[in-house]
Amino acid sequence: MCMRVSDHVILGQDLNPKMIEITVDGQKIPAKEGEPILAALLAQDIMVNRYTVKRNEPRGLFCGIGQCTDCAMIVNGKANVRTCITPAADGMVVETQYGYGGAK
Amino acid sequence: MLKTELLVVGAGPAGLAAAIEAKKGGVKDLLLVDLNMRPGGQLFKQIHKFFGSKAHRAGIRGIDIGTQMLEEAKELGIDIWLNTACVGLFDDKIACLEKGQPDGSTKIVYVQPEKIILATGGQENVVRFKGWTTPGVMGAGAAQTMINVNRVQPGQKIVMLGTGNVGLIVSYQLMQAGCEVVALVEAAPKIGGYGVHASKISRAGVPIFTKHTIKEVKGNGPNGRVSEVVIVELDEKWNPIEGTEKTFEADTVTLAAGLKPVSDLVKLQDIELVFNGPFGGWVPTHTRDMESTCPGIYVAGDTTGVEEANTALEEGRLAGISAAQSLGYMKDADAEALKDEIWDRLAGLRMGPFGEKRAVAKKELMDAFPEVARG
Repeated sequence: MCMRVSDHVILGQDLNPKMIEITVDGQKIPAKEGEPILAALLAQDIMVNRYTVKRNEPRGLFCGIGQCTDCAMIVNGKANVRTCITPAADGMVVETQYGYGGAK
Repeated sequence: MLKTELLVVGAGPAGLAAAIEAKKGGVKDLLLVDLNMRPGGQLFKQIHKFFGSKAHRAGIRGIDIGTQMLEEAKELGIDIWLNTACVGLFDDKIACLEKGQPDGSTKIVYVQPEKIILATGGQENVVRFKGWTTPGVMGAGAAQTMINVNRVQPGQKIVMLGTGNVGLIVSYQLMQAGCEVVALVEAAPKIGGYGVHASKISRAGVPIFTKHTIKEVKGNGPNGRVSEVVIVELDEKWNPIEGTEKTFEADTVTLAAGLKPVSDLVKLQDIELVFNGPFGGWVPTHTRDMESTCPGIYVAGDTTGVEEANTALEEGRLAGISAAQSLGYMKDADAEALKDEIWDRLAGLRMGPFGEKRAVAKKELMDAFPEVARG
């Protein structure tokens, strides 16, 4: 299980983050408001964000700074959203992306 | 089309410093854009104290330098567009921005600035081995972002590939965040980074395997996640020695094999690039003013060769001052005096066993600037 780092020797405590709820593949999970969607997923041990177009291979977090697109998912119906640089908002609907996720 | 005096692309240490200096120098109309949701680039994941002398803010953590710079930018009223990617750079300095909207969508905006500063940073190198695309294999910087910025562990049991300063520091920081670092693996015969960092790892009882590399990563964990890492010893010619394999149980592999400059935008213009090994690949040659071979387009930071946050910051300052000067806001004598001070500080940063190579590389890069392009 990937744990949240709520207490840290240098960063101190993560004081009272505002918790919200997002839906991932039909299941509701907690998220900190404004954190990248990817971080909320990791905290629930969800590591696979998408499956590749040709070989249907799983992909997950790789660069974490919006460069590689391995963490792309379908967010609120829109495919190819880089979840590592997209903030989580209450009620957001996130889906694992297969191939192009319906995008042309 | 939007007009502005100066567009700065990238709000990391170089871009932020450039914008701050340009504004201080008198530039009125300035736009700073960054594709991330927060400014500061990679400063906010650097929770360790920087090396160097006092003049370079040594002993201060990257995260605190980032906070100071953001406060300064705010006080100066610098306009930062976040979630905004510069996706095109056309003739006559027309930039195409994909501007992030509050609802998460994007809108295309064209901007025509008089001057442009490109500070797009660097990205991590990839190492390819069997299973390198398995979920759970990631850049060391990605893991560092997760623990120090987003405060969530990328995994529990981690194998680090690479023992340069990034590999060593991130390993230690993963431990600080409560992860277990199973082993560090280094292909070279000796550890790449500072001994002081390596000692911290060794004191924690984590083994460092030099002359080894990763042979294979197996993805038999939940949903195909990393489950095992097989490492193998290398001979003098860096070939794997059969029968020396060791297997570790792990759910995460972090790659710390250096970085390369992000130069997509630089390549969209007729800017002369030079191959420079120590700087991580193809980089734009530039003048003492950080101006590229395309007049009015400046470059700064890792885009001009991968170094460190402090050098990026100083190069950003140079670019910002030069832009303000060429826009007519600063007297030549004042601008030159400031630039002299910065070049002195840069010389100080490019010293010592690690810095010396970068001093030579920078000289080579600047010497390659073609005479015809000089104004």
